[in-house]
Amino acid sequence: MDLVTPQLGLLVWPALSFLLLLLVLRKFAWKPILDSVNERDAQIRQALDAAKDAREAMVRLQADNEQLMAQARAERDQLLTEAKKTRDHLLSEARSKAEEEGKRLLDLARQEIENERKATFTEVRNLVATLSVDVAEKLLRKELHKDEAQEAYLQQQLRELNIPAR
Amino acid sequence: MRHCSVVRGFSLCLSILGLWLVTSGPRPAWAGTPVEPQNMGGHTSVDTAEEQTFDPSKVILHHIADAHDWHLYDHTDAEGMIHPVSIPLPVLLWCQGTLHTMMSSAFDHGHARPVSKGLTFQMDEHGHISEASGLRVLDFSITKNVASMLISVVLLVLIFGSVARSYTRSEQRLPGGMARFLEPIILFVRDDIARPNIGEHRYQRYMPYLLTAFFFIWINNLLGLLPTGANLTGNIAVSLVLAVFTMVITNWSGNKHYWGHIFKPHVPLWLYPIMVPVELVGIISKPIALTIRLFANITAGHIIILSLISLIFIFKSMAMAPVSLAFVLFMECLEMLVAVLQAYVFTLLSALFIGLATAEPEPNEHH
Repeated sequence: MDLVTPQLGLLVWPALSFLLLLLVLRKFAWKPILDSVNERDAQIRQALDAAKDAREAMVRLQADNEQLMAQARAERDQLLTEAKKTRDHLLSEARSKAEEEGKRLLDLARQEIENERKATFTEVRNLVATLSVDVAEKLLRKELHKDEAQEAYLQQQLRELNIPAR
Repeated sequence: MRHCSVVRGFSLCLSILGLWLVTSGPRPAWAGTPVEPQNMGGHTSVDTAEEQTFDPSKVILHHIADAHDWHLYDHTDAEGMIHPVSIPLPVLLWCQGTLHTMMSSAFDHGHARPVSKGLTFQMDEHGHISEASGLRVLDFSITKNVASMLISVVLLVLIFGSVARSYTRSEQRLPGGMARFLEPIILFVRDDIARPNIGEHRYQRYMPYLLTAFFFIWINNLLGLLPTGANLTGNIAVSLVLAVFTMVITNWSGNKHYWGHIFKPHVPLWLYPIMVPVELVGIISKPIALTIRLFANITAGHIIILSLISLIFIFKSMAMAPVSLAFVLFMECLEMLVAVLQAYVFTLLSALFIGLATAEPEPNEHH
C-alpha cells in the first residue's frame, strides 16, 4: 500500500468514526466536563467573594467593637468622674455640716460655760456678800459693843446721810 | 497573513512534489514483481530467506503501511517454512453493486483467491485487493488501522465517559480518578489553545471539536508507539480526514469579514485575478499543511525507530542489539513527546484557522 495515496477505506472509516466520536463525546463527555469545571469555577469565585465579604464584615465588626469599647471606656470614665464629683460633694457637704454642728456644739458649750461662770460668779459674789455682811456684822457687833461707839457711829451715819442738823 | 499563505502554498506544492519523487523515484525494493518470494508475509523456506539480503526499507515501509490483518510475529515450523502469525480482520469489498465480506485469512497472505458471490478476489503483495477479471473494487475493509482506530474510539469513550461521571458524581464538581490527570490537559486546550486563538466570546462552540481532535490524535499517536501498533495518525488518509474536518469547520464558521478578505481583497482591481486564486489556494493549503505535518511527523518517528531496530539485522550481530535498543528507547521517549506535541500543534493550528475565520474586524483596521 502506497505511503502517500489515501485509501478509500481509510478515508471513510476515520471520517465516520471521528464524527461519531465527536458527537458522542460532545454530549456525554465534553459538555458535562466543561459544565462541571465552569460550575466549579463559579463556586470557587463565589466562595472567594464570600470570604472577601466575610473578611470585610470582620474588619467592620472589629471597628465597631473598638468604637463600642471606646464608647464604653468614655462612659466609664464619665461615670467615674461623676461618682468622684458626687463623693467630693458629699464629703464636703458632710464636712461643712460636721463643722457647723461642731461649731454649734462649741457655741453651746461655750454658752454653757459662760452661764456656769456667770452662775458661779454670782454665787461667789453672793457668798462674798454674805461673808462680808457676816464679817461686817461681826465687826460691827464688836465695834458697837460699847454705847459711845454706837453713838459715834450713828452720828457718822447720819452725817453721811447728810441730814441737815436741826 | 496573505504573504504567509502564498509562501506556504508554494512550499507545500514543492514538498509534495519532493515527497512524490522520493517515494516513486528510486524505485523502492518493495515495488518488485509479485512473483518474487516475499520476505514478509509469505510461506518461504528459511534457506531462500537467508540467501536474500535484508532490505530495511522494505521491512520499514511494510510496517508503517496499513494491512488487512494484524501481524504479530512469524513462526518457523519443523520443515523450515515461515508462517506469519496474525489476527485476521474483516474484509469488506464493494463490487458490482454488492457487498462482499470475508475475513482477511481467506486470502492466506496473498496465496489464496477467495470467491464471493461468483466473483474471485486476489491480493497483491502490497495488500491491494482486486477482482480477477479486473472489475472495479471499492475496499472498505476493517484494516489494521481501522481496527486500531476503533479501539482508540472505544478507549476515548470509556475514558472520558468515566471522567465525566467522576464530575457529575461529586457534589462540589471535583475531579476524581483519571479526571485529576486529564482536567489540566482539558483546561490547557481550553485556556491556552481555544481561548487565545478563537476569542473569549466564540471559543465555546469549538471546544468539543478541539478536545476531540486533540485526544483522538494523542491517543492514536500513543497506540502507534506500542509494539505491533498501527501507524494510524501517520497515515495520510487519516490525517487528511482530520484536516478536512478543520477545513469544513473553518469555512463553515467563516464570517463576512473572512469571505470578504478572499473575494474582495483590499487591493487594486487589476490584482484581483492574482489575489483571489491565491486566497482560494490558501483555503486548501491550510488543511494540506495540517495533513502533511501530522502524517510526516508520525511516520518519520516510526521510520526512525524501525531503522534503529533494523540495524541489528543489518549488522547481523546481537552485539548491536543493546546499542540499538538504547537508541530505540531514547527515540520512543522522544516520540512520546512528539505524540502530544503533534496533537497540540494540530489543535492549535485548527483553533488558529477557526479564529482567523471568525475574527471580527477591528474598528480601525486598514489594509
